[in-house]
Amino acid sequence: MSETIFAMLLVLLVVLAVVAIRAGDLLVAVIVLGAYGFVMSLVWAVVGAVDVAFTEAVVGAGASTVLFLAALLRTSRRRSPLPSRLRWVALASVIAVGTVLLSVTAALPLWGDPDAPPARHVSPRYLVATVAETATPNVVTSVLADYRSYDTLIETVVIFSAGLGAWLLLAGRDP
Amino acid sequence: MIERHDSLVVVTFVRVLMPLVQLFALYVLAYGHYGPGGGFQAGVILGASYILMLLALGRESFERRVNERACLAIAAAGVLLFLAAGIAGFAGGTLLDYARLPLPVSAVKARYYGILLIEIGVTAAVAATLIVLFCRLADTEHQPEP
Repeated sequence: MSETIFAMLLVLLVVLAVVAIRAGDLLVAVIVLGAYGFVMSLVWAVVGAVDVAFTEAVVGAGASTVLFLAALLRTSRRRSPLPSRLRWVALASVIAVGTVLLSVTAALPLWGDPDAPPARHVSPRYLVATVAETATPNVVTSVLADYRSYDTLIETVVIFSAGLGAWLLLAGRDP
Repeated sequence: MIERHDSLVVVTFVRVLMPLVQLFALYVLAYGHYGPGGGFQAGVILGASYILMLLALGRESFERRVNERACLAIAAAGVLLFLAAGIAGFAGGTLLDYARLPLPVSAVKARYYGILLIEIGVTAAVAATLIVLFCRLADTEHQPEP
């Protein structure tokens, strides 16, 4: 049952991606991209990554959609076609990257495999020690904010830099 | 320029919805230790509530309540709070080791509160940055020089 739903969600993802790429009106493309983000968050929830699903729902379906809409306000809803010479370059690079990705897929560990390298390296240690060491039952939070807090610190700096950059580039009154 | 929405239904609905969305953001921040959520998600939800206000009530009434420069300062303060929490435990030897935070609790509880502290910093940084990003992008009055 759940596998049927999962398969349907994956098919819906591909359909939404194609619609977003093909849409002539960029407003339509942005809204469809928001729907894509929402379906993606459902996929994350089905595979058990609830924190990632939450982030995808608020950022992929919410924040990025509204930021794209604001960008459309400043530019145009019309899509300008790619020069035909570039089209062939784009097609060739998409086929090349796609072939590489598909050929590597066979070597990936199965989903949920307990013997997969990521599941055997440091993950078990965090799962066992998180309550005893940090009193935080949600391992995702303790890994993000404690064990791997360097990454989160730099991430926060990156987000702040994005805001600062937007402020400096698109400055309004009294710059 | 984003005008106030014509429909009384939309304006009233947003006025009722805003505090609820903000309350949910605080819940997500506080409950991140035990369930899905945390500083980043809470920050996006909190920022989104203000974007909703700007879209429904218009820029004029938005600017009466929210100052963009203050938002930028709050974002910087969030990053600095994170850094400060990291440096406070530095005396013992390791950066970002919350167990050495100068708090009157056990080392395990200090890490618990350290996580909460930096999550608050992340929430402030993300929410304020999102507001600044949207305000700048949606401000069609001031186009940059081509």
